[in-house]
Amino acid sequence: MKQVLLGNEAIVKGALGAGVSFVSGYPGCPSAEIGEEFLKIAKDHGIYAEWSTNEKVALESAIGASFSGVKSLVNMKSFGINVCSDSLLPLAYTGTKAPMIIVVADDPSCWSSAQSEQDSRGYAFLSHIPILEPADSQECYEFTKLGFEISEKFNTPVILRITTRVAHQRMPVQFEDIKTENKVFQKGEFIKDYKRFSTMPPRVLEMKKELLEKIEKIKQFAETSQLNKIDKSKKPAKLGIIASGVAYLHAKEAMEELNLDLPILKLGLFYPLPEKKIKKFIKPLKKVLVAEEVDPYIEKEIKAIAKDENLKAKIIGKEILSEIGELNQEKIASTLAKILGIKYEKPKIIVSNLPRRHPQLCQNCPYWLAFSAIKKSAPEGTIFGGDIGCNMLAGVSPHNIQDYLFSMGSSIGIGHGIARSAKQKIIVVMGDGTFFHAGIPALINAVYNKSNLLVFILDNRITAMTGHQPNPGMGKTGMGEDSPMLKIEEIAASCGVKNIKVLDPVNFKELGDTIKDFLNKEEVSVIISRKICALLVKHQEK
Amino acid sequence: MNKVFNIIIAGVGGQGLITLNNLIANAAFYDGYDVKTSELHGLSQRVGSVETHLKFGKKIYSPLVVAGKADLVLGLETTEGLRAIRFFNPKTIFVVNDNYISFLENISKEEVEKKIKSSIGSNLRLVSASEICKKELGKEVVSSIYLLGYCVFKKIIPLNSESVLRAIEETIPEKYLELNKKAFELAKKHD
Repeated sequence: MKQVLLGNEAIVKGALGAGVSFVSGYPGCPSAEIGEEFLKIAKDHGIYAEWSTNEKVALESAIGASFSGVKSLVNMKSFGINVCSDSLLPLAYTGTKAPMIIVVADDPSCWSSAQSEQDSRGYAFLSHIPILEPADSQECYEFTKLGFEISEKFNTPVILRITTRVAHQRMPVQFEDIKTENKVFQKGEFIKDYKRFSTMPPRVLEMKKELLEKIEKIKQFAETSQLNKIDKSKKPAKLGIIASGVAYLHAKEAMEELNLDLPILKLGLFYPLPEKKIKKFIKPLKKVLVAEEVDPYIEKEIKAIAKDENLKAKIIGKEILSEIGELNQEKIASTLAKILGIKYEKPKIIVSNLPRRHPQLCQNCPYWLAFSAIKKSAPEGTIFGGDIGCNMLAGVSPHNIQDYLFSMGSSIGIGHGIARSAKQKIIVVMGDGTFFHAGIPALINAVYNKSNLLVFILDNRITAMTGHQPNPGMGKTGMGEDSPMLKIEEIAASCGVKNIKVLDPVNFKELGDTIKDFLNKEEVSVIISRKICALLVKHQEK
Repeated sequence: MNKVFNIIIAGVGGQGLITLNNLIANAAFYDGYDVKTSELHGLSQRVGSVETHLKFGKKIYSPLVVAGKADLVLGLETTEGLRAIRFFNPKTIFVVNDNYISFLENISKEEVEKKIKSSIGSNLRLVSASEICKKELGKEVVSSIYLLGYCVFKKIIPLNSESVLRAIEETIPEKYLELNKKAFELAKKHD
């Protein structure tokens, strides 16, 4: 079957083809469609799927599935891998039982990301977990299937690293359509095996040895794997290209535009690299351009290989191509022209000089009222902590109430440090999804270590920013089943917070008075501004 | 068609850019072309500027259209149509909905219109899609489908109208299908 598919949709098709039956994840851009699609089709395909409270829990759930003999897939955006890394590293040591793919979606150019322009491939070196890098939707499908095969063969989790331009790319994809007829979820069996699943020392160091031996074996596999392919030039060339991910497609187009006949080595398996294959590719060349986005990981590895082997080829990468922002065919074409000393005329570009149209809160968004109440009621000099989600927009006009912004849940932790260290009053703002994700331990810390910040939670009854995924506050699971509705005010009370108030922001005056009142308290206070997301109301009316 | 056809769709988050992008991609696929698109989701969708890239032809590599390389800019809103001028070359056709959505920095409607007319000149087709759809169909929301119809029937996009219609039928939910088909066909009458 051939259909136009989004990269993320192709990953789902690939996983279905491989027979995945357990899917967990945390929604983020640009990965959210993977989990959403699975939740939609899960029941028909006999799959168990969930949105977990955060990426660490999502990974751990999949580890449990894998140890029980159930094939799993975990999905998250770039920063998710930071959150789950604490369990990711020991997972490399224990290895998987049933195969597991971890999809991590980076966002070069930070189109939909605050925090940092993270290149998650670095985790390969930290964790010793193989990383696959597809370039387009067809490869998303194929690499997902292959990833499950590698995972099965070597009992290792496999990371499928995609980027925005891969996840949100559409193209016709050839795939096997998996028929579903009353499939039911097949439970596996957890067979006890202390030596295999427990990292208790001294066993842990034996595990490390086994892991390094495993990576050596995967290196051998990498030498002959179809994941790393060479597009030969028709005539022998002096310059060659080594490319990964979507940069490969940009390089192909740049070559076509410049009418060049150059060999390209495309590395679909980022870790471990096929050293022999790379050596053989470089040997006849005078110059090699490494076309990879963001960090120069491959470039550094290749420079080391070339040096070890006394190869004369000059390796060129980030000295011309920027480490900041995504690449495109124009950037690669001008680099190739520069290296070859040929004329390249950049297209003449007219710029509009229009002011930016910033993202904004939607019409009738309850945050309008909440932000306005905070701004009006906070005394001059109050510090405003920002967090991840729609509430990030507190930082732009017309609100401008954000003095720092880090990672999920961090507003409370940093706010606690500020409350302990600075004289000013402090209000931190976060959404309900973020509170469940990483806000709770930080809130406990603030209470336990006795600071007096005001935590303002915007409870819009959904995880809104990433496209309306259910969270533990809603009384519904991702698959639409009823589940206990967790109340933020009850959690806050259990964490020891004494001053708690739940308000509909429509009660504007009362909200303002509460902010003023709570800012004068000696202890931590929590205000929950509860009103459903305006977009969600609109969708529900449709 | 021998060369690759490059389209930029520019608009404001929430205007249905991704649906439109998806429709054209499917139509190109039905016409036997290779096609690639690139779109952005997430933060930018909250009424910020959004653009999607679409390319079709014999063989497509990169999903991106680079500055100065569009064959067609489909502007769903005038300010965003103007902003997409960085994709302009002397051959680029701009089909822009004469629909202005204000934003905080407040460039006036008149100013935007003046600027887009002067900078794009005779390559600009300013189409009152929103107004026509509101008047004829009672719904402004299908104006982007009207614009698509305009481009197809005027042969600005080299795709068969049957393929586009098939894409509409297979992509748009049943509930809104008739309305969308009407908007598409309505553009046939545009002079």
